[in-house]
Amino acid sequence: MDGLVERNVEAAKEDPRSLDEVMQEIAEHKGCGTKGGSGKASCGTGAGQGDMPAEIWEKVKNHPCYSEEAHHHYARMHVAVAPACNIQCNYCNRKYDCANESRPGVVSEKLTPEQAAKKVLAVASTIPQMTVLGIAGPGDPLANPAKTFKTFELISQTAPDIKLCLSTNGLALPEHVDTIQKFNVDHVTITINMVDPEIGAKIYPWIFYNHRRIEGVEAARILSEHQLRGLEMLTERGILCKINSVMIPGINDKHLVEVNKAVKSRGAFLHNIMPLISAPEHGTVFGLTGQRGPTAQELKALQDDCEGEMNMMRHCRQCRADAVGLLGEDRSSEFTTDKIMQMDVKYDLDTRKAYQEKVEGERQAKVEAKQAELATMAGEMSDIKILVAVATKGSGRINEHFGHAKEFQIYELSTSGAKFVGHRRVDLYCQGGFGDEASLETVIRAINDCAAVFVAKIGGCPKNDLLKAGIEPVDQYAMEFIEQSAISYFKDYLQRVKSGEIEHVTRGDADIRQGALINA
Amino acid sequence: MAYKIVASQCTSCSACEAECPNVAISEKNGTFVINPKKCTECIGHFDIPQCVAVCPVDDTCIIDTSYPRYQAPA
Repeated sequence: MDGLVERNVEAAKEDPRSLDEVMQEIAEHKGCGTKGGSGKASCGTGAGQGDMPAEIWEKVKNHPCYSEEAHHHYARMHVAVAPACNIQCNYCNRKYDCANESRPGVVSEKLTPEQAAKKVLAVASTIPQMTVLGIAGPGDPLANPAKTFKTFELISQTAPDIKLCLSTNGLALPEHVDTIQKFNVDHVTITINMVDPEIGAKIYPWIFYNHRRIEGVEAARILSEHQLRGLEMLTERGILCKINSVMIPGINDKHLVEVNKAVKSRGAFLHNIMPLISAPEHGTVFGLTGQRGPTAQELKALQDDCEGEMNMMRHCRQCRADAVGLLGEDRSSEFTTDKIMQMDVKYDLDTRKAYQEKVEGERQAKVEAKQAELATMAGEMSDIKILVAVATKGSGRINEHFGHAKEFQIYELSTSGAKFVGHRRVDLYCQGGFGDEASLETVIRAINDCAAVFVAKIGGCPKNDLLKAGIEPVDQYAMEFIEQSAISYFKDYLQRVKSGEIEHVTRGDADIRQGALINA
Repeated sequence: MAYKIVASQCTSCSACEAECPNVAISEKNGTFVINPKKCTECIGHFDIPQCVAVCPVDDTCIIDTSYPRYQAPA
């Protein structure tokens, strides 16, 4: 083992091998393959090292949810130790427990703190880029304080390099802030959907507080008060706070600008506005009343409106409370309780460090490539902005086949560069080598607002259909860095517009996909 | 009477277990059950039965009419 670690430390310094190769070597040594493993991560700010104080950068640089840039490289996991909840939300239905559902509040099995600690070690040993452990439910972590804090205690003893975070509705937050600080939890996410109790009454039918079930405006007033006070208490203690808000068209969509101001003024670090997930088969109140979620452009417009105020998170995958892996992938089925209890786990800090050093090298190369490319665009003057979709498996590269992509990452290109603005889930288009026309239509609807789609490879048929839909398939940047390639493409796009070779057209809207993952 | 939990509705979220003032609720084979011998319907403790108030699924914690009404000790 020691020999491998030494070699990997050296590798991190100057070995030209790719991350995948290093990963494969580690995996082979551990007797497991990485096939289908190296993938996407995602959740957070797009700001880089230069844009924030050093101590904050230290906290977010390898947190996939708090840093958009980190989400290409680092993975997170949630352990489902907190099943109980103290409020009811109209977008949540606790009766459902389906393995194919990918949304918060859903898990396949709940864990005891001891099982959770074992699972964290098993995952961290298999996935060296796993840097963050979150407790996000499936209920509310602070409605299960004993289980939540016991889990943190066990993990901080056995895996001290893993960052701890939790996600709460905020009702019980003020009474637990000191304990949160004691356990070195330095990232807390609060879901705040409103600061106006009248609006809150349309989202929350009741809360359970002081041994009573409280309904209506009064319930929303108490909840809001606790959320904002809890936020203030956390930021006073230097704990980073992310605010999640569910965008519900017609109920709180316009109001979220007010929420954004309220949380910004109380020191929140990042605001994550997520689309409502709502379908009748979920059995939620909103699903049954036919409340719709926002379109891709409605969501983006609101995120853009709030961005002047603070960092917006656009890479959230609204993951399950037992998700494992990079954001955008889910490897939880590899780590069921039965499997982890049979695993002989050895926590190897050195291998993890070696791997992560290699990741840092790749990241630096990516940033340098982007800056060099951006410098060549200096002097370009144009108001044109376009969106492009990217098929990627992670590491910030265009390295996924069009037909294998489960999602596309969306970048907005302008003369100021390439900016990550979101992602779109799609059905798997390629099913065992045979393209499926119906799911190609789904893909086109999901990226209909994009001018181009960047892929590592694409077949002839989908290429023609994309062109017909006005989306240019681009495979010339296969395996290259995303942002560098996008800037290069955009320069060329402007040239082509100038020369009259192509006409710049405003694209339409796109769908946000609802429902279960088929083939998760 | 005592309260009982309708097993087919129970999500096993465990919220009721911690709220019961009589420690009458425990997990059995994946869902939660109320020990009718310990249940006091929260009489003398709270205005409303805590399991009913905290349960996320309506009509899951219900009165079990096969037991006589709980009588608070005089």
